[in-house]
Amino acid sequence: MELDNLYQEVILDHYKRPQNKKLATIFDAQVHHVNPSCGDEIDLNLLIKNEVVTSITWDGVGCSISQASVSILTDLLIGKSITEAYAIHDNFVTLMQSKGAFSGDESVLEDAIAFAGVSKYPARIKCALLGWMAFKDASVQAQANLN
Amino acid sequence: MTLDPSVIRKDFPIFDRTIRDGKKLVYLDSGATSQKPNFVIDAESDFYRNHNAAAHRGAHQLAEEATGAIESARVVVANFLGGAIDEIVFTKSSTEALNLLAYSIGNASAGNLFHLQPGDEIVVSEMEHHANLIPWQQLAKRTGAVLKWFEVNDSGRLDLSNIESVITERTKIVALTHQSNVLGTIVPLAEIAKRTHEVGAFFILDACQSVPHMPVNVKALDIDFLVFSGHKTVGPTGIGVLWGRANLLNHLPPFLFGGSMIETVTMTDATWAPAPRKFEAGVPNMAQIVGLGAALNYLSEIGMENIHQHEIALTKYTLDKLQEIDQLRIVGPTDTNSRGSAISFTLGQIHPHDLGQYLDSAGIAVRTGHHCAWPLTRKMGVPATTRASLYLYNDESDIDALVAATLDAQKYFA
Ligand SMILES: Cc1ncc(COP(=O)(O)O)c(C=O)c1O
Repeated sequence: MELDNLYQEVILDHYKRPQNKKLATIFDAQVHHVNPSCGDEIDLNLLIKNEVVTSITWDGVGCSISQASVSILTDLLIGKSITEAYAIHDNFVTLMQSKGAFSGDESVLEDAIAFAGVSKYPARIKCALLGWMAFKDASVQAQANLN
Repeated sequence: MTLDPSVIRKDFPIFDRTIRDGKKLVYLDSGATSQKPNFVIDAESDFYRNHNAAAHRGAHQLAEEATGAIESARVVVANFLGGAIDEIVFTKSSTEALNLLAYSIGNASAGNLFHLQPGDEIVVSEMEHHANLIPWQQLAKRTGAVLKWFEVNDSGRLDLSNIESVITERTKIVALTHQSNVLGTIVPLAEIAKRTHEVGAFFILDACQSVPHMPVNVKALDIDFLVFSGHKTVGPTGIGVLWGRANLLNHLPPFLFGGSMIETVTMTDATWAPAPRKFEAGVPNMAQIVGLGAALNYLSEIGMENIHQHEIALTKYTLDKLQEIDQLRIVGPTDTNSRGSAISFTLGQIHPHDLGQYLDSAGIAVRTGHHCAWPLTRKMGVPATTRASLYLYNDESDIDALVAATLDAQKYFA
């Protein structure tokens, strides 16, 4: 079924068993992002040590796409250098904005490649990007706080 | 006369197309916008093809015809609502009509009937669409007036038990929805309008979700202003209506300034044309006005009471069928007593956005989210809902499709 391209197994798994969904008390930056068109919300706490993404924790409400996306993001980015994390971030954003023309680089995106199908559903792209935009915002703030 | 949706659907060309690889279109999103019959599409395009010119300007035949076309549409709207011709103001939408009221009232200087000062009160409710909340909330901020509201109870009705303390001698404006676009609740107006006038305040009715679905007569309602949008009444986008009592429109200062709304102009001053022209600055949305006239004629031909009865029966069918689904919870009244055909619900842990996507894959169009009534969804204790909203072209087969696909979605996301 066409819909299975959107709701990949990994996405539904992360939705049902979200990773790092408990806000840590130690962080450099804390952000709250909402998707005003559907009401999805997340809080995200980020800790960066020695240029390495040390902890990303979050809490939120929303659809499977928005919630799985942030869960997969945490799995993928924790332990990466901030430069690597940004590269992955850029790759993900490009994939989402590709209208299906770009299939994404699986070696970079790992499980996040599962969102490739989302780029064909314009109304859902914002859902998939919610956590990624929150991460970017938090990392900019965290680095500003460090300097 | 009962209405036959399968015959009515033939008037709406959109039902000839299919959705997501050949599926029948099941359109359950008329609360957001209605579909358009050929009669309206043709009237709008006929204006562009045969009569286009700037109405109320120009000394040529086309200008005369354009003026005639929009002024006949004004008569149609006036008759449809039971108001006088000069009481009908064309706006681009109900959002604009409500902002027109809020800004015009904000422009009223000391001595004007509508002048607001710090301590005056504006009353809304928790079930307002953002379009009938934010203009008043912001007007209160600009003028120092106090915003108050009626609360919504668990069954989705307005709590009027404290009406005397919500609407007081300090109240200047009461702005309420006639029918909630989320809950379907129809608000009992008589009691509220009576109290409003007792304290000398003005009653503004957001009739976006009532005018398309049931007979609404402004003279029978004891209200002062009413707004609705053309695109929800099988009419075009880009056209809305403000009705106001003639003497009140005369006192209300204008909101938008420019061409066509003046009486005289010098370099330093201007005076205003009488209502409704005072509120219609610029070349109006003429083709859309003509289309709206056609839409209301189309609805009148079928009969608003017939449409209303059809929707009550179908709403009952929908409520009964949906409530048989395990874990499905209706957000709003569960009986058809003072209830329209907007039906919101939640489905266990399945997020509305996911359910909506699943339904879409089956050709079923619903709305998901907070439906531009964020304070209300928050109050009802849900982050979002799925909403099916019905109209004259829907029938039981649409509801059966909704129910079947909802059951399938439960398996898919289990
Ligand atoms: C109750 C209610 N009020 C106001 C509006 C705003 O109407 P429009 O967007 O046509 O201006 C809507 C439309 O969604 C509505 O349902």
